[in-house]
Amino acid sequence: MIQTAPDTAIGQSNPVAIGFFFAFIGVTFAITYWAARRTRTTDQFYAAGRSISAGQNGWALAGDYMSAASFLGIAGLVSTTGFDGLIYSTGWLVGWPVVLFLIAEPLRNLGRYTFADVVALHRRQRPVRIAAAIGTLATVIFYLIAQMVGAGGLIKLMFGLSYEAAIVIVGSVMILYVLVGGMIATTWVQIVKAVLLLGGAFLLALLVLARFGMNPAALFAAAAERYGAGVLSPGQQVSNPLDAISLGMALMFGTAGLPHILMRFFTVPDAKAARTSVFYATGLIGTFYLLTFVLGFGAMVLVGPETIRAVDRGGNMAAPLLAEVLGGTPFLGFIAAVAFATILAVVAGLTLSGAAALSHDLWVNVVRGGHAGAEEELRIARAATVLLGIVAVALGITFKGQNVAFMVSLAFAIAASGNFPALCLAVFWRKATTTGLLASMVLGTVTTLVLIYLSPTIQIDILGRPAAWFPLKNPALITIPLSFVAGVIGSLATQKSARSELDSFPARERRMLRGEG
Amino acid sequence: MTDSLRALAQRRWRVAISLTVAMVAVYFGFITLIAFNKPLLGRLLAPGLSLGILLGAAVIVASWLLTAIYVRWANAVYDADLQRLRSTEPEDTA
Repeated sequence: MIQTAPDTAIGQSNPVAIGFFFAFIGVTFAITYWAARRTRTTDQFYAAGRSISAGQNGWALAGDYMSAASFLGIAGLVSTTGFDGLIYSTGWLVGWPVVLFLIAEPLRNLGRYTFADVVALHRRQRPVRIAAAIGTLATVIFYLIAQMVGAGGLIKLMFGLSYEAAIVIVGSVMILYVLVGGMIATTWVQIVKAVLLLGGAFLLALLVLARFGMNPAALFAAAAERYGAGVLSPGQQVSNPLDAISLGMALMFGTAGLPHILMRFFTVPDAKAARTSVFYATGLIGTFYLLTFVLGFGAMVLVGPETIRAVDRGGNMAAPLLAEVLGGTPFLGFIAAVAFATILAVVAGLTLSGAAALSHDLWVNVVRGGHAGAEEELRIARAATVLLGIVAVALGITFKGQNVAFMVSLAFAIAASGNFPALCLAVFWRKATTTGLLASMVLGTVTTLVLIYLSPTIQIDILGRPAAWFPLKNPALITIPLSFVAGVIGSLATQKSARSELDSFPARERRMLRGEG
Repeated sequence: MTDSLRALAQRRWRVAISLTVAMVAVYFGFITLIAFNKPLLGRLLAPGLSLGILLGAAVIVASWLLTAIYVRWANAVYDADLQRLRSTEPEDTA
């Protein structure tokens, strides 16, 4: 495949990329070492001692969210399909205002380390914690698989390493960050990565626009002139309107149910800082997605869709190829290192939130019935980190060569249907009961998994069957309303037996506004 | 006292849900146009600038504006009311 594009250094080991990569590793290890001395309590391990400022958390949220899939994937999609790729650029952002309006502040005031804290507050701990932990782990695992498989493929292409070696390196470095430096190190890795990624994308966009008189419309016009006016209007990707709406719902409400994003709101001192941090994050992430307009069309015009597909069929190398055209091998090396750093940071955030679910929710509050010391909890959280890291590496190797792109939208669908409705009902609805919240979480997660299995994505694209039982690629259109309805019916049916839960609503509402103190 | 807390919670909820509905309307309006009126979005407003690309960028700008509106309201109105409640009701019984 690489021989068909002989004029690129992609796929050969690139000294600049390796240099930048080691610089990133050096800086982040220094941060981890510094963070290790501030990571002695559970508050510090899970929540950075609530010491992260709103500005820092804004950058870290952006770092947690802007994965290699959005940087490389959207640039690739736009460069090969034009406008259709931009549908994702907008879809990935619109969940953030929802996080701000509905989730960030109540979550900060009601919880300590995990979103299960909030759903389980004043309710029967064991069942709620188990259900919330399953939703968390399902989201985290599918997200991790997509990142790990992407990492293996990308690093192989960009650094010339073997797939397995790449996965093991990502897994070990990530375990080290989380194990030693906890949330403080994870936060700063996100910040460094977000600055690099936004800086790299900005520089790349600037170099593209410089060739078009700093006028994006001139760039789009050049794309239309070469590849037809069709690249500027919606095309084949959106053939089924319901599919587009369903995917849109998963993206919009899934963001507000992603455990590694929700966990970040516990790292700031108060609800006001949580609010401000989402404002910053929305600004940063929106800027990034606007830049993908320029990067995608820039790669289309300056590199060409044929060359991009020849290097990688999925189009993922569009941004690195663009960097090579504009800045030669050194700039390619820089962008490759940024992509690697991006993956490392995202998997670290995911692993930490999974470890919190295993330790804080399942071990402390289910197995030990809430009676575990802080030291024991910290020990279990660290063990869970190592376990999840090993699982991530094993899954990354197991799914080698498989089509896992759908797993990110699967993670969003579970977050949107399993986690988000229960969180909303638990926070805002005075009649929500344990049974209702359980029904919402379990039904939301299970129907999402079943409908994805029955969808064309699995049945036709992966299993090669002629038809699928369920017509939509993403089930959110069905599963989000279903999860809300299950929550409402389950709650209304148990109003009498859950008296004390209902009576505690004023206390919850008070804490939601005022916080604990 | 608890009544004023309850009133503030309801006000916060109304603002939050109105802005959420606005965001949903903006984004799904865009998606519906993509799904049902592709030729309209392909119309060129200027050389290279199709209505679709402009609206796509407008969705991002609308997200910024809505978050800015919320943060302004929360900082100016909500925080002040909450502060007033705190000072008249210093004892926390939660």
